[in-house]
Amino acid sequence: MYCDECKQKLASVHLTQMFQGQKIEMHLCETCAAKKGALLIFDQDNNFTIPQLLGSFLGNPYDFQELQPINNQTVCPNCGMSIINITQTGKIGCSECYSTFDRELEPTFRRISGNTEHVGKIPNRSGENILLQRKIDELKNRLQQAVSNEQYEQAVEIRDAIKTFEKEL
Amino acid sequence: MILEKILTENDVFWMHAEQGPEADIVISSRVRLARNLKKVPFPHLLNKDNGVQCFDKIKTAWKQINTLEGYNFDLKTLDELSYLDKQILVEKHLISPNHGKVGSHYQGVVLNSNGSICVMINEEDHMRTQCFLPGLQVDKCYEQAEKIDDKTEEYLDIAFDSRRGYLTSCPTNVGTGLRASVMLHLPAIVMSGQIKGIFQNLGQIGMTVRGLYGEGTEAMGNFFQLSNQITIGQSERDINNKLTIISRRLIEQERLSREKILKDMPYQLEDTIGRAYGILTNARIINSNEALIMLSSLRLGVDLGIIKGIKPFTLNELMVAIRPAHLQKKAGREMTPLQRDEYRAIIIKEQLQRKISDDQE
Ligand SMILES: [Zn+2]
Ligand SMILES: [Zn+2]
Repeated sequence: MYCDECKQKLASVHLTQMFQGQKIEMHLCETCAAKKGALLIFDQDNNFTIPQLLGSFLGNPYDFQELQPINNQTVCPNCGMSIINITQTGKIGCSECYSTFDRELEPTFRRISGNTEHVGKIPNRSGENILLQRKIDELKNRLQQAVSNEQYEQAVEIRDAIKTFEKEL
Repeated sequence: MILEKILTENDVFWMHAEQGPEADIVISSRVRLARNLKKVPFPHLLNKDNGVQCFDKIKTAWKQINTLEGYNFDLKTLDELSYLDKQILVEKHLISPNHGKVGSHYQGVVLNSNGSICVMINEEDHMRTQCFLPGLQVDKCYEQAEKIDDKTEEYLDIAFDSRRGYLTSCPTNVGTGLRASVMLHLPAIVMSGQIKGIFQNLGQIGMTVRGLYGEGTEAMGNFFQLSNQITIGQSERDINNKLTIISRRLIEQERLSREKILKDMPYQLEDTIGRAYGILTNARIINSNEALIMLSSLRLGVDLGIIKGIKPFTLNELMVAIRPAHLQKKAGREMTPLQRDEYRAIIIKEQLQRKISDDQE
């Protein structure tokens, strides 16, 4: 069985975890398991630290120190922070860290907000394209509605509008 | 100039209870927007060199906003302000206790003339734009903060991601970067023993309750700060609406509890209020904790018409004027805690007597 995460190495760590009443299974290689484990340090509130999590599955407690070299490899090209720095301080280094560590930060956002996406204000200047994209998405929904309601004339109008907006992107 | 006035006078706009709805129970509303510059390390990674670069960018933008947009904001770095002056801003709730402790030349504060807008520069984020208004006016606070936010976005490259929203130094602020809060005075809910249950419920629906001075401070004198916990996945309008609706419910509950106490135990209530008034107008030594508790009872007395002739503005002003930095600023010298307790008693007495005679004229 290959690792669920990197899909390259063989899975040697098999995790089963109850999450919000659902049983979640994960099959990981040791490297990916360590990465995942390290990030669980974020869960300070629920005391879900790696020694407990991986320890209970692997039979022997995992030493956090050992994990550092693996995770230290990536640093943010803009500010030089590693995911370990971020984990330890609880602070992100710069705007570019968000894309650099997108995957690593995922569990944090899941914990904070259920990993919901931003639906609020978009900056006018740097956000023109985003506003446009949001408008297009909205129109596409309306297009589907129009089609399923058999309002074909409207549907054509909406489709044309989408085309015009897409040219502006 | 602007800052000098805010530092030497007690008056800031949120104290003007007569200009805010429900201002007997909701003392003030506040909105804060966390914003950061694209590709500039967040404040906790700033040092002398890149800190100054970052600060200069922000400073230039504010200068442009003043000259090109016709505003009149005052910008000061924290090393230009004395420790006492920074504490004055903390006590007025304009900056966070943390921002009041630091003093580097790349951290700062931007203020408008009546203190309704205050921007913290390089606190936890590069900019935290805040608007403070009296009473329950969360929407209006947001409207005003957003207007300023729109202006700053014209002159600065703001870190934003379509999925994550505004990018912040702490992941818990990402998304809207919006923290909306209200300062509530809930003496009757406390007296009737319902407060703990209410706070537990509020926690379950994603609201945070804190003390008078924000994070990590205890509730003093029945004053509580209520704010949204979650900043992403909801629009600004939804966040503001939710806070407003919950505030209205608490106002209603507080009014009902006041009526009930007034009906069930009028003498005990009048006794508590009368004693508080007696202490405030006769004490020779009073610490700030006791003063706040007594001011809470006095405020209730004024709201219920049991104590007459004191303006709500005076009560708001007193809450700030009795704090250590304000006392020392007024006295013009450093004071030991005991000296402050003596001076506090004098200030309270003066204010209450003067205001009563003012109002009777
Ligand atoms: Zn793997
Ligand atoms: Zn970075």
